[in-house]
Amino acid sequence: MNRRRRRRLAAFKTAVYVVLGLFFLLPIAAMVEFATRGVGISSPRTLSAFTSIGSDPELVDAIMASLELALITSVGMLALLLPTMIWVRLRLPRMVRPVELACLTPLTIPAIVLVVGFAPIYRWIEINVSDSILTLAFAYLILVLPYCYRALDAGLSAVDIRTLSEAARSLGAGWDTVMWRIVVPNMSSAVSNACLLCAAVVLGEFTVANLLNFENLQVAISILGTGNASISIALSVLSLVFVFVFLLVLSFLARSLSRRRGAARA
Amino acid sequence: MSARDARQIGAAWGGTRTAAEVRLEELRRQYGSTVALDGLNLTIQAGELVALLGPSGCGKTTALRLVAGLEDADGGRVVIDGRDVTHLPPNRRDTGMVFQAYSLFPHMTARENVAFGLRMRKVGAEERRRRAGEMLELVGLATQADRYAHQLSGGQQQRVALARALAIRPSVLLLDEPLSALDARVRSQLRDEIRRIQREVGITTLFVTHDQEEALAIADRVGVMRAGRLEQMGPPTSIYSQPATPFVAEFVGLTNRLAGVVMSGSVDVRGVRLPLIAPDTPDGPAVALVRPEAVSLAPAVESSNGPLSGTVIAVSFLGAVSRLTVDLGDTRVLVQIPTAEVAAHPGGSRVRIALRQDPVLITRDGGAERR
Repeated sequence: MNRRRRRRLAAFKTAVYVVLGLFFLLPIAAMVEFATRGVGISSPRTLSAFTSIGSDPELVDAIMASLELALITSVGMLALLLPTMIWVRLRLPRMVRPVELACLTPLTIPAIVLVVGFAPIYRWIEINVSDSILTLAFAYLILVLPYCYRALDAGLSAVDIRTLSEAARSLGAGWDTVMWRIVVPNMSSAVSNACLLCAAVVLGEFTVANLLNFENLQVAISILGTGNASISIALSVLSLVFVFVFLLVLSFLARSLSRRRGAARA
Repeated sequence: MSARDARQIGAAWGGTRTAAEVRLEELRRQYGSTVALDGLNLTIQAGELVALLGPSGCGKTTALRLVAGLEDADGGRVVIDGRDVTHLPPNRRDTGMVFQAYSLFPHMTARENVAFGLRMRKVGAEERRRRAGEMLELVGLATQADRYAHQLSGGQQQRVALARALAIRPSVLLLDEPLSALDARVRSQLRDEIRRIQREVGITTLFVTHDQEEALAIADRVGVMRAGRLEQMGPPTSIYSQPATPFVAEFVGLTNRLAGVVMSGSVDVRGVRLPLIAPDTPDGPAVALVRPEAVSLAPAVESSNGPLSGTVIAVSFLGAVSRLTVDLGDTRVLVQIPTAEVAAHPGGSRVRIALRQDPVLITRDGGAERR
């Protein structure tokens, strides 16, 4: 009876994995198939679509811009959210709800509506500050707030920051020490999760960049798509793979970092 | 404790530090409309261990947190070693604190936890390591120095927390119900150990608890708090045997409430005259507060009647002693007798109670006969 149930559970698990795997992999496989097609009907498979990506300077610029944006937005998000959330939790517990609401609002507003608000601001920024694509980080900071708030919130709930910070304070630590030596090390996985989400959102962003006339990775892909379908699909495959690998590396890094710290201190 | 241990503790402590006196003067603290501290005055002598005892919400933890600087006073002063620290942040107060909740930094080993305060004081790495090791030895955890909090039991975690608090050689040690998360056996063990270490080190200590047994067992003096004020302050024995108010009598230890009449300096309870703690009480009806151990059982007389006769309705075994509930008809009385004598009075048997001639406290608050 028990064994039969276990076997049935295993079969169910396998079925779920297979269905989900097909759901995710089939489109990607189709994209790879399309991107490696030769020009003629019977011509052999070719990787020329992939190799020509690197030779397009405009495309390389777009890729670099998106990566830089991901980095800037992550850093800005941490610098903005982490101290705010910790401070609110420790000193202004009544403000937890309002801050949460403020952080989650961008989720409820469609990107296209946000852009209507951004447009005049960006016109001003363009004239008075800079017309660099990196100014997009400001808009992205707002877009990623809900995701990162959630990730950091989960991390903060997992540690008793009130007691830990009070203990540290009574041992002579100032607020900065409490923050960097006590709170952050105990929520490193939440921090890396927040960065992950942040990078994923920024690397996949199209609407805002497109409507504000900036050429980031996704905009470049779509422009390419109008001229050369193979390259645009090849780039999509690569960006998917890239984000996947990037996330994997990030989470691996975070884990080994926290383990190494543990080992080094022991 | 061997001479070697004592030397070690002396070395760990530095030996040179003299204990500090702590004074709380007219401390006030309000949360919205609730008054947590209503002008608390308390002086802890240098090297003394004072326990603040009281029900939850009486302000005892608030008082401790005000000394630590984790909360701001609305009025009054905190003076440590002659220095007014009322407006200093916690990291500049020189207090060591052990919390009720487990508070070890999870990403550090026991040794790093203990050394953290020293690091904050810019003590060199070598010295840090040595002193952390000594403190861990003091609490009996030298072999666990490289473990993380999650690898330690609750009792061990609190020991490390104690070592961590003491490592910085604070002028005051603050203990905020450090034992309440532990199971009974570990609790009494660690309680005795805290007392031993506190005596060895000679540090002025404020211990907050809601457990009266703990307070009576550990403290030089016990302060019983109620609604933000000190109800009574004194050595454990006088708190127990000469409670100043009915609240203290009933909060510290179990108490029977027996109706009686005060007449010229004594009280008549069910036909028995008992002396009063405060003999100048005016005459009139009152309720006498009688400890269970001041009630005994006289040899059972079959079919006896009268105000002191009743039926045993419950027996609870507490080890060397047992506590019986006797139904006297109009009220119930708790009786504490040696367990050896319980066999003679099984549940349902008729008994006669006897009241020992201990001075009793009376109350006129007209509450229920028994809580």
